[in-house]
Amino acid sequence: MTTTAPSHDADALVPAGRGSAQIADLARTVTGAATLDDASLRRYLHGLPGVDKVGADGRAAQLGTRSIKTTAKAWGLDLAIRMIDLTTLEGADTPGKVRALAAKARQPVPGDPTCPPVAAVCVYNDMVGVAKEAVAGTGIKVAAVSTAFPSGRASSAVRLLDTADAVAAGADEIDMVIDRGAFLSGRYAKVYEDIVATREACHAGGRDAHLKVILETGELVTYDNVRRASWLAMLAGADFIKTSTGKVAPAATLPVTVVMLEAVRDFRRDTGVQVGVKPAGGIKTAKDALKYLVAVNEVAGEDWLDPDWFRFGASSLLNDVLLQREKMRTGWYSGPDYVTVD
Amino acid sequence: MAAAKASAVKRTAPQGDGAAEDDVVVEATTARASSSSAQSPAPARIDVRKTYKLFIGGAFPRSESGRTYEVTTATGSFAANAAQGSRKDAREAVVAARAAQPGWAGATAYNRGQVLYRVAELLEGRREQFVAEVSAGEGLSTDAAHAVVSDAVDRWVWYAGWTDKVAQVAGSANPVAGPYFNISAPEPTGVVALLAPQQSSLLGLVSVLAPALVTGNAVVLVSSERRPLPAITLAEVLATSDVPKGVVNVLTGRTAEIAPHLAGHMDVNAIDLTGAVGADGVTWGELEAIAADNVKRVLRPELDEAEEDWTRSPGLRRVLAFTETKTVWHPKGV
Repeated sequence: MTTTAPSHDADALVPAGRGSAQIADLARTVTGAATLDDASLRRYLHGLPGVDKVGADGRAAQLGTRSIKTTAKAWGLDLAIRMIDLTTLEGADTPGKVRALAAKARQPVPGDPTCPPVAAVCVYNDMVGVAKEAVAGTGIKVAAVSTAFPSGRASSAVRLLDTADAVAAGADEIDMVIDRGAFLSGRYAKVYEDIVATREACHAGGRDAHLKVILETGELVTYDNVRRASWLAMLAGADFIKTSTGKVAPAATLPVTVVMLEAVRDFRRDTGVQVGVKPAGGIKTAKDALKYLVAVNEVAGEDWLDPDWFRFGASSLLNDVLLQREKMRTGWYSGPDYVTVD
Repeated sequence: MAAAKASAVKRTAPQGDGAAEDDVVVEATTARASSSSAQSPAPARIDVRKTYKLFIGGAFPRSESGRTYEVTTATGSFAANAAQGSRKDAREAVVAARAAQPGWAGATAYNRGQVLYRVAELLEGRREQFVAEVSAGEGLSTDAAHAVVSDAVDRWVWYAGWTDKVAQVAGSANPVAGPYFNISAPEPTGVVALLAPQQSSLLGLVSVLAPALVTGNAVVLVSSERRPLPAITLAEVLATSDVPKGVVNVLTGRTAEIAPHLAGHMDVNAIDLTGAVGADGVTWGELEAIAADNVKRVLRPELDEAEEDWTRSPGLRRVLAFTETKTVWHPKGV
C-alpha cells in the first residue's frame, strides 16, 4: 500500500519552513518542474502511483475490525473528544445556537471536569465573532468555512474576500473548498493558485490562521483523484487536508481517509513537512471514531494521534462518544435524554 | 411444514409396490430428479433446518456474540438451537425501539387497532406451527395446545380493540376552579422492556406483549429462556404484519444475562419484570433495585413464586402500567 512518490535528494529539500516562497520552492523541487502550470502539475500528479481500490477498501475494512476495549477504549474516546471540530453549518444558525455550541465545546458534560474540551468549533463566517467571544480564554479554536462554502462557486476575488473577512473576525482556522470543477477538468494550476492565494489571505496582517483544504471527496469520483488532490493541496501549502463539506453524500468514508493518511505520511517522508487530516461528515458513532483512530495509528503513525494533526468534523458524534463514556463510567447504557441536543 | 411433508413422503416410499407410485414420490420430493430414477429409489431429501434468530429493528440478525444455546422440549429431547442474545443485542434493540416509538405513538388509535387486529389474523394463520411449538415446549396435548393458541389469539384481539377506547376509560375531564377545560389523557411511556413469562410461552407472551403496544409504546421483549420458540414465531408474524419495524424487538437467551442491562439502561422508560419469576440466576427484586437508578417505571410480577393464571380475564392493569397521564389546561374563553 505504500505510495512511492518520485524520490528526491533529501538535502535539496527545504525544511519545514512555511513561508510562501519556501512553499513554492518545495513544490518545484518535489514536482521537478521549473514552473508550476497545468502541464507540469498534471505530469507530476498523474505520475503518482494509482490507488488499488479493492485493496484500499479491504485495508479499511480490516482496520475496522480491531477490538478496542477497556482502558484503551477510554483513552481513545477522550482523544476523540479532544479531536472534534464541533460543527454547526445550518442556514438557521443563530448567535444563541453558536453560544450554546461553544458552551458544550468548553465542557461537553456539565458537572464532569474530567471530560476534556473539544478542539474547535466550526461555524460559518458571520458567526466567527460570536464564537470567538464564547470560547475566549479556553484554548478552543474557532474554525470558519470560507471561500463560498460549500460549493466554492464564486469568483476568486469573492472567495478571497470571504476568507479575509473570517480572518479579520478572528478565525483561528480557515476551512476552504477547492474548485472541484477545475480539478476534474485538469486545471490543476487554478486549484493550486487558489490554495496559495487563500493561504496568503490567512496570513495577511501578521495573522496565522491554519488552512484546511476541503477536497470534497464525494465529488472526486475515484481514489486516484483523492490521492492527486491530496498531493496538490499539500504542495500548495495546506496545513490540513479535509475530506468533505458534509453537504455532499458520500461524505467521509474510512477508505478515503486511509488514502489521505497515506498521502500525508508519504509527503512527510519525502519533504519533512507534516500535514494534518480531517475527515468530516457522516462520522456519527463512537465506534466509527475509534475505527478512524486505528487507521490513523496504523497508516500514518502515532505522530498523527494528536488534535494538532487529526480532527473529526462532526456534530452528532460528540453525543455518541459522551454516551459511550458514560457507559464506561457507570456500567449502564446511557440514553439521548442525558446529553444536550446541540 | 415442508420438512414434515417430505418425511411423510419418505415414510410411504418403501411401501409403494409399483413403479408408478415411485414416480409420484420422485415428483413430490425433488422436482429436479430425472425420470431415469424411476427404477432406483428416490435420493434422500436433505432436511431444511431452521436457524432461529433474534428480531431487532424489523430484521432477523444472529446474536452479535455469535452464541447459540440448546432448546429442549418438555420431555428433554432436542428442539432447536436458539440465538443467545447479549447485552449488545439488547442495546441495538433499544436503539431500534427508540427510533420506532414516536411513529407508532403518532399513529391514530384507530390505525393501531387495525394493525394489531391484523396481527391476530396472521397468528390464526400460523396456528399449526404454534400448536406444535406449544405442545412440544410446554408438554401439552394437541387439544390443550389448540386451546392455548385460541386463547392467545383471542387475547390479542381483545387488546387490539382497546387502542381507541383506553383514553375514554383512563382519561377524564376534570372540574377545576377557573375558566378552563382541564383534560387528562393517558400517553405511552416510551420504550418498554418486557421479560416474558418463563412458563407460559405463548398465552403468557401475548398477555404481556399486546397490552404494552396498545397505547403506542415500543417494546424490547426478552422471551422465555427455555421456551423461546413461540416468541420467535410470533416475531415472524410481526415481521409480515403491518407493525412498523422496531416497534417490537425480540431477544432470546439467558434472562439473567440480558435483563440487568435492560433494567439499568437509561434509555428504557419502563420494565415489566414478569419473566423474572422462575428465571435462573436473577430475582425481580434485584432488577427493581437496578431500575431504581434512573427512576424507571417498574411492573412487578403479580406473585412472588409462581406465574399468574394467564387464562383469567386480564383487565386493563397491564395497559395502564405503561402510560403516563398528560393533563391539559385550555382556557374556555369568554
